[in-house]
Amino acid sequence: MGTLQTSQFKMTALQNYLLDNAYDEMFASPEALHPHYQLLLNHFTSLPHAELQRRKQAADLSFLNQGITFTVYGREEGTERIFPYDLLPRVITAQEWATVERGLTQRITALNLFLRDIYHEGRILADGIVPREVVYSCKQFRRQMVGLQVPRNIYIAVTGTDLIRLENGEFVVLEDNLRVPSGVSYMLTNRRVMKRIFPQLFRSYNVRPIEQYTQLLLGTLRSLAPEGRPEPNIVLLTPGVFNSAYYEHAYLARQMGIELVEGRDLVTHDNVVYMRTTSGLRRVDVIYRRVDDDFIDPLAFRGDSILGVAGLFNAYRAGNVTLANAFGTGVADDKALYAYVPDIIKYYLSEEPVLKNVETFLCAREKDRKHVLANLDKFVVKAVGESGGYGMLVGPQSTAAQREEFARRIEADPRNYIGQPTISFSRAPCMFDDQLEPRHVDLRPYVLYGDKVSIVPGGLTRVALRKGSLVVNSSQGGGSKDTWVLS
Amino acid sequence: MLSRVADSLYWMSRYLERAEHTTRLLDVNLNLMLDESSSGADHRWQRMVAALGRPAGEAWDDDDPYKLSHSLTFDITNRISVLSCIIAARENARHVREQISTEMWHRLNSLYLAVTRPEMHSDMHAEALLNGAQEPGEFLQSVMEAVHQFQGVTDSTMSHGEGWHFIQVGRYIERASATAMLLEAYHHDLWKHPERIPEGNEYLEYMGLLRSATAFEAYCKVYTADLTPERILEFLLLDENFPHSLRFSIESLVSALDAIQRESGKSRTENLTRLAGRLQAGLRYSSVEEILRGDVVGYLQDILRECRDIHSAIYELYIDYSIQTALAG
Repeated sequence: MGTLQTSQFKMTALQNYLLDNAYDEMFASPEALHPHYQLLLNHFTSLPHAELQRRKQAADLSFLNQGITFTVYGREEGTERIFPYDLLPRVITAQEWATVERGLTQRITALNLFLRDIYHEGRILADGIVPREVVYSCKQFRRQMVGLQVPRNIYIAVTGTDLIRLENGEFVVLEDNLRVPSGVSYMLTNRRVMKRIFPQLFRSYNVRPIEQYTQLLLGTLRSLAPEGRPEPNIVLLTPGVFNSAYYEHAYLARQMGIELVEGRDLVTHDNVVYMRTTSGLRRVDVIYRRVDDDFIDPLAFRGDSILGVAGLFNAYRAGNVTLANAFGTGVADDKALYAYVPDIIKYYLSEEPVLKNVETFLCAREKDRKHVLANLDKFVVKAVGESGGYGMLVGPQSTAAQREEFARRIEADPRNYIGQPTISFSRAPCMFDDQLEPRHVDLRPYVLYGDKVSIVPGGLTRVALRKGSLVVNSSQGGGSKDTWVLS
Repeated sequence: MLSRVADSLYWMSRYLERAEHTTRLLDVNLNLMLDESSSGADHRWQRMVAALGRPAGEAWDDDDPYKLSHSLTFDITNRISVLSCIIAARENARHVREQISTEMWHRLNSLYLAVTRPEMHSDMHAEALLNGAQEPGEFLQSVMEAVHQFQGVTDSTMSHGEGWHFIQVGRYIERASATAMLLEAYHHDLWKHPERIPEGNEYLEYMGLLRSATAFEAYCKVYTADLTPERILEFLLLDENFPHSLRFSIESLVSALDAIQRESGKSRTENLTRLAGRLQAGLRYSSVEEILRGDVVGYLQDILRECRDIHSAIYELYIDYSIQTALAG
C-alpha cells in the first residue's frame, strides 16, 4: 500500500509505521486515520518521551508487583515470566462490537445445541450435516457423556472465541475455545493498569466497563447449580501452582470470593463431592474446573492423573455436582469440526452466521489434503487437538525442513491436521521506545452462558510482538493490550 | 479453611523456625570456636549435631567445622540444612500465596532469592570456607534477621484468624521440640561439676547454651550473670515469659489450638485438648527441684514424644482425617 512518509502523518513517532495489505486498526489509508484513533494518537504523540517511559515503568511495576506471570513449558524449570503487554489500547467502535456480540451469541448458542444433540439424539448426524466420523474420531468426544442430562442443557458455560480481522476489516472466527480458555485475568488487569496510567485519555474515550466479569461469572456458575441447592458451594478447581495459568485461577477465585481447590482437596463419597476443610467435609455443588477432561477423574479418564478427583465423574453423572464446562465439550472446538460450524449455525438456528469462518481445508478429505500439501509454503497447518500455538506450521515463515516434516506428519495422520490460507490479520499500533509500529493482533472475547448469554464488552487483544510474526500466543512471544469498546 | 491450606501454613512456619534455629546453633558454635582451644572442639560439634536431632547422614566424624557448617547451611541434599528449610518454607508459601499477605510473600521470597542465588554458593563454598578465611557469620546473621522480619510482618499484616493460628502452631511446636533437644544434648555437660560455679571454658559453654536459645540476656535479667545448671534448666523449661522457654512455647501452642477450635467449630477435639493440656499443665505446675529429682533426660524425651503426639493429633483432627469419621460426625 503506501507509506506514511508522503502523507500528513509525517512525524518522527511514525517513521517506522509501514502499512501493508493487512487491515490497519489505526489508519484507514496513508492519508486518513480511523476517527476513533485520533484522540489516542494525539495523546501519545503529545506526551514527552520521558513521560511515556515513566508511565511504562509504572505499568511494568504494577504487573510485577501483582505477580502476573505465566509459565513457559518445555524448558528446564518451567520459567516464570511477566506477560508482555503494550501500552496503546486497541479501540473498537460500538458498531463493530454490536456485530461481534451478535455473532458470538449466535455461534455459542448453536455450538451448545450441537453438543446437546450429539450427546443425545444425534439429529445433525442423522441428517448428514456433520459426518459421523468427524465427531466420533475426535479424541475429545466422550462417550461417557452420551445420554447424560446436564443442568439447563448448558455445556459451555465459559468460552473464549478467537477473532481476527481480514484485510477488509471484517471480524471472522479463527478458533473456538470451549474447554478451559484462559487469559481473562489479563483482560481485567490490563484494564486496571491502563486506568491508573492514562486516566485522562480513558475518560475522554467513554469506554464500556468490563469489571463486572467476575460477578457475571459467579452468577453464571450459580445458575448452573444442581436442583435443590439454593445456596450452592462453588469452587474453582486448579491443577496447582505449576500450571501456567495458576495466577489466573487464584485471581478469579479471589475476585469471586470462592475457594481455590486442587484435586487433593476434594473427595467423593456416595456420589457426593466434598472438600476437606479444617472444620470437616463440606459439600461442593458447582466446580468451575480449569483442569482438562483427561485429568479430572483418574477412574473415568486417565488413570495416571494425579490432578483429578477419583469418583468425580460418577458424582457428576448422578447430578450431585455441576462442572463448568461440561465434559466432552472439546469435540465442538476441534479444528476439523470448525469447518462445519457455519452449517451447524444454519441447522439449529435457521440463520446465516453473523461471523464467518476462515476458509479451512480438512486434510482428512483427499482433495483438500492434496491442495494443502501442494501449497504448504502458503498455508498455516494446525494439529486439530493442540492449542496454545503448539504443533503449528506457519507456511510463509517455515523452512524447507519444517515443511517436509509436516508433510510427513499429515500423510501419517491426515485426520489430525487442517490447513488454512495464511491470513494477514489486522495490525494495531504498538509502542517500541518512542516509535509506534504496527503489529498483528487478534481478539478473544469471553462468553458466559448460564441462564443467558453474556459477553463483557471487549476481551483480550493478543499481539504478536515480534516483528512480522503472526503467532500471538503468550507461550510463543505474544503479548497483550487493553481493548476499549466505545459506548 | 481448606485442610491443605492449613497444612501449608503450618509447615511454612515450622520450616522457617527450623532454619532460624539451625542458623543460630551454627552461629553460636562457630563463635565459641574462636575462643576455645581445639581440644574440646570435637565434643562441641558432636553436641551440636545431637541438638539438631542427629539428622540422617550428618555426623561429626572429622575435625572440619567449616565443612560441617557448609553442609548444614547449603547442602540441599541434606533435608535439615538451612537452605533446604528455606526452600521448603517458600514452596509451602507459594502453594498458599493467596492466603498470606503480599508483604509476607515478598519477605520470604527475597530471602529465598538471596540464599539461592548462584554466587552465594561459590562465595560460601570450598576454598574461602575451608581456609576459614571467610566467616559465614554475616550470612547466618542475615538469615536470622530475615526470619525475624518475616515473623514481624506476619503478625502485623495477616489477619489473626485461623490461618495465622496455624502459623503459630507450627512455630511453637517446632520451637518446643528444638529447645527440648537442645537441653537434652547439653544435659551431660551441664551436670559434670554441679557443685562449683563454672569458670573459663565451662562458663562459655553455658553461655553458648543460653545463646542457642537467644536466652542469655533474658536469663541475666532474672538471675544475673551467675550461670548455674539448675537455673538454666529452670529458665529454659519453666520460665513463664521468655518466648523460647518450653513453657512459653507450649502455652502459646495451646492458645493457638484453642483459637483454631473456636473458629473451625470442630467437635471431638478431646484427644488433642487432653494431650496439649497435659503437657501445658506439667510445665505450668512443675518445679525444677521435682524435675531434677527424676530422670531429666527421660523427662525431656517425654516432652519430645508428646510434641510428636500433638502433631499427629492435629493432623488427625484438622488435616488428614478419614472421610468415614468426618461423615459420621
